Amino acid sequence: MTSDTLHLALGERPLARLIQEQVRVDVRACYQCGRCTAGCPVAYAMDAGPHQIMRGLQLEQHDWVFSRNTYWICASCITCTTRCPCEVDIARVMDGLRELALAEGIRPAAPTVKTFHRVFLDLIRLTGRMYEAGLIGLFNVRSRKLFANLDLGLPMVTHGKIDPWPRRYRGQDEVERIFRRVAQEGKK
Amino acid sequence: MTRYAYYPGCSLEGTAKEYDVSTRLSCQDMGVELEELEGWTCCGASSGHNTSYDLALALPARNLRLAVEQGYEAVVAPCAMCYARFRHTLHDLRDEQLRARINGFLDKPFVGEVQVHSLVDLFSEDPKLALLRERKTRDLAGLRPVAYYGCLLVRPPEVLEPDDVEYPTMLDKIVQACGATLVDWPMKTECCGGSLAISRTDIALELTRRLLADAVGRGANALITACPMCHSNLDTRQAQINRQYGTAFHLPILYFTQLVGLAMGRGIKELYLDRHLTDTRPLLAQVGIE
Repeated sequence: MTSDTLHLALGERPLARLIQEQVRVDVRACYQCGRCTAGCPVAYAMDAGPHQIMRGLQLEQHDWVFSRNTYWICASCITCTTRCPCEVDIARVMDGLRELALAEGIRPAAPTVKTFHRVFLDLIRLTGRMYEAGLIGLFNVRSRKLFANLDLGLPMVTHGKIDPWPRRYRGQDEVERIFRRVAQEGKK
Repeated sequence: MTRYAYYPGCSLEGTAKEYDVSTRLSCQDMGVELEELEGWTCCGASSGHNTSYDLALALPARNLRLAVEQGYEAVVAPCAMCYARFRHTLHDLRDEQLRARINGFLDKPFVGEVQVHSLVDLFSEDPKLALLRERKTRDLAGLRPVAYYGCLLVRPPEVLEPDDVEYPTMLDKIVQACGATLVDWPMKTECCGGSLAISRTDIALELTRRLLADAVGRGANALITACPMCHSNLDTRQAQINRQYGTAFHLPILYFTQLVGLAMGRGIKELYLDRHLTDTRPLLAQVGIE
């Protein structure tokens, strides 16, 4: 028996098909046991558990799924994927939803997470390696949380954990080209 | 002796300098020859795979290509994050079509084979494990640590191949070989929220608090980790957690390489054990290490 005899064909399900094509996961395989949500350490802070996101995708609830905070605050611990009895790569779906939301310009339900990723990637594109003091400083500016984590700043410096100045590392030029080529591919 | 390309990763040059220093020293003691990979760049970490599948593979692939170009058969990436990203890249690029796509993003393609080790895997198996038992010179029985794996040494198991995904024992074996009194810990693979530490500190604090509370509740007097993100959450944020939750945690968080260094008779300063924000020295003094 193929999965198409058990479920509706993907042709009738544009959202499920999008996930299949872009993320290579067949959301129809989920039978809603809820084990992903039961083991998710961040479920307490989510407005829908991972199994509900899977159900939303099965039911073609595009706007509902993309307006949840679930896939933004997913910590990428991969417990869901590991325990799924249907071998659905749920953590990969969360990555895919974030990538699709960014491409579609959807406003994130957890905006600081998007800001963090942007700042992180900007910094490695510009220097080749992560510059941690810059990461916290720029994140604070861009997320308008100027005083966040300041209590950690001084002890970090006195314990020699923070480099006062950024530098540009060998190989940064290729890293920048990788970013450019990936972005061009994304526009196709 | 195998020469390994050493990929420290960005954290080990900054907030996790202790891990870099103790990795180099413990590898010397254990006969693992490390040479820093020339021209390495960031693996992309969480932000890479959280926002772009292509970037998440292309950034590590560049570093793996450098390892091949520089004639190495294997890379050691002690940072659990870098290790996981490299292993994901090797795993996913077995698909030839995908490999061609990712190579299209690089200046030169990543061809050929290279192994990636976490160091935990090397130290937890013979002959290194036997060597550790044999060479240890200091009595560490007064240390009662839990061994903490977190996410990135074990999940997903098809990619990272731990001995057991829900109950791994690699770090446990190292802790025991060092002569410390291991405290059994069911929460050893729970997430600390590392990827949200800056963007959603509230969540990271809650997840980290759960870990500290359980470890302390079981009578642990230290926690051993192999991940700079876990270390950062568990060590540097204890004061924030104590303020926010009204707790009084003071649980020293050690890299497993620091524990190996202690077992080998090395000192607090050379292992950078005085660099953690949660002071390790009162505990070390209790077990006779000054």
